[in-house]
Amino acid sequence: MHEASHISEPLAAAPRHRASWFELARQHRVLLSSAFLLAFPLVMPFTALAVNILIYGLYALGFNLLFGYLGLLSFGHAALFGTGAYLCGIAIVHFGMPWYAAIVVGVLGGVAMAAAIGVLAIRTRGIYFAMVTMALSQCVYYLFYQAIDWTGGENGLRGINVREISIFGLKFDFIDPLTRYYVVAAFVILALIFLSRILASPFGAVIEAVRENEARARASGYNVTATRLIAFILSGAFCGLAGALQALHLSIVPIEIMHYETSGLAVMMSLLGGMGTFFGPFVGAAVFLLLENLVSLWTVHWQLFVGAVFMVCVLFFPKGIWGTLLQRVQK
Amino acid sequence: MIGQTATSDVILRTERVSKQFGKFTALKDITAEFRRGAITSIIGPNGAGKSTYFNLLSGAFPPTSGQVEFEGRDVTGLPQHKFAHMGVAKSFQITNVFPQLSTHENIRVALQALSSRYNIWTPRTSYKDLVVQADELLHRVGLWSRRGRLAGTLAHGEQRALEIGMALASHPRLLLLDEPTAGMSPEETRVMMDLIVQLAQERTVILVEHKMKLVMGISDRLLVLHHGELLAEGTPADIRRNETVKRVYLGQREH
Ligand SMILES: Nc1ncnc2c1ncn2[C@@H]1O[C@H](COP(=O)(O)OP(=O)(O)O)[C@@H](O)[C@H]1O
Ligand SMILES: [Mg+2]
Repeated sequence: MHEASHISEPLAAAPRHRASWFELARQHRVLLSSAFLLAFPLVMPFTALAVNILIYGLYALGFNLLFGYLGLLSFGHAALFGTGAYLCGIAIVHFGMPWYAAIVVGVLGGVAMAAAIGVLAIRTRGIYFAMVTMALSQCVYYLFYQAIDWTGGENGLRGINVREISIFGLKFDFIDPLTRYYVVAAFVILALIFLSRILASPFGAVIEAVRENEARARASGYNVTATRLIAFILSGAFCGLAGALQALHLSIVPIEIMHYETSGLAVMMSLLGGMGTFFGPFVGAAVFLLLENLVSLWTVHWQLFVGAVFMVCVLFFPKGIWGTLLQRVQK
Repeated sequence: MIGQTATSDVILRTERVSKQFGKFTALKDITAEFRRGAITSIIGPNGAGKSTYFNLLSGAFPPTSGQVEFEGRDVTGLPQHKFAHMGVAKSFQITNVFPQLSTHENIRVALQALSSRYNIWTPRTSYKDLVVQADELLHRVGLWSRRGRLAGTLAHGEQRALEIGMALASHPRLLLLDEPTAGMSPEETRVMMDLIVQLAQERTVILVEHKMKLVMGISDRLLVLHHGELLAEGTPADIRRNETVKRVYLGQREH
């Protein structure tokens, strides 16, 4: 499938001859990103960690649609990720649904939760939006915490045992880490295709316009509130999918998934990787999780270390690791 | 209720509109009519309330009291984005483009607002008619050579022209311009005024300007605001003769 660039016109601002291969790469960003993710386990020996990077990368990608592309900072994305995970888990544990149906339930859960939180929060702006989404996600946390019969409360939702995945008659051993990686990667690639289409679509243009200049977008005839709400709901679909995959991956949904720290993770990973870049969220997730895993081997104060790296990144590379790289290459 | 004049030759009217910012009254009881097909200029010294009035007319915010009527329909308090769909377009006093988008994309986005805006699947480039129309508009406002440049890198005068191009995208019956020549060189100003006169042949134009001389020649009618009140109204000849207006404008330097 040909994925068009999200900037519909060639930008003559950069000299064409030097930028052309860059433009080509941009046009095939889904292909390149997918190829990288498919080859990733070859360079990344800890497959379980690689699966985490995929899932958190997808979660950060959903967050980045809102934060990076639209410019709206939510601090309540844990509720979307968590709802996706819980609903997927509940579908399997309580309703005995097959894994693929449970994933659909998880995505729909993320969408529904995003719609509910979005309707309540979308009229506030800036820091108020961050605060309202955070407060609402805390409410969701308690809701799931209290619904012990459904969610297992503080013990988490256990027993999401998917051992085998069958697709069109082919059976895959989901316990095998590498197989699991590729199953998850398949969903992530579908999400990448979807994101790329959104960004290249007319609605993607509206998102950019609203980010660039709200007043002008309004005067041009765009309903800014509706645009934000739709973007929030789309973000919920990606985060819901990430949550559902997380439930299958962990075979348990811990209540911590709804904690505001999980919301913070999305912010950190997006900023580390590069907000508003297509592949940045995966880079951010990889750097964050690798640091966490490596540094925690020799000190329990790994958060201090990761925090320091994060500060340096925000102060000196405001475009994030991937964003800065892209900028260098483009010049 | 609004008076009995035939609505067909009046495109826009305000009935006793006032605007308060906290305790401060920026605009007081303005009743006025704007004729279809004419160029009407709203003039007055800085701080007179022109932009406030302009914002009421273009739907940026509702009046504190009073009523705005467009083509016989009460539009008071209607959200801003609905105005574009009704056929009202505007440019801002302070230049207002999408700086990180290409010049062409600025206009294409404005065009798209009236058709395909909520499609999330089809590539935007597949709407070929919008691409062609955007190019036509670029020619129209003299920015064809800047097609691929980021709008934020254009010269000030070019950005203002781009904004007019974006306003034209919705095929407005009413074009509202707030000080379209603000900050322009004499040469750029001349080009812009020519463009405005040309645009006014096909649509109604309401122009806000504090430099009275600039609009005297091209306006069919003038409204003079002062301290938030409607000081005078009439043809350029009427206004030139008006003693009160003379006094207000003599009291301050023109620049
Ligand atoms: N948003 C606002 N809040 C408070 N005061 C305002 C606001 N906008 C305008 N004003 C005041 O209203 C008066 C008229 O402003 P404005 O309509 O911008 O004048 P003009 O465009 O004629 O120069 C000024 O005294 C200005 O300070
Ligand atoms: Mg003004």
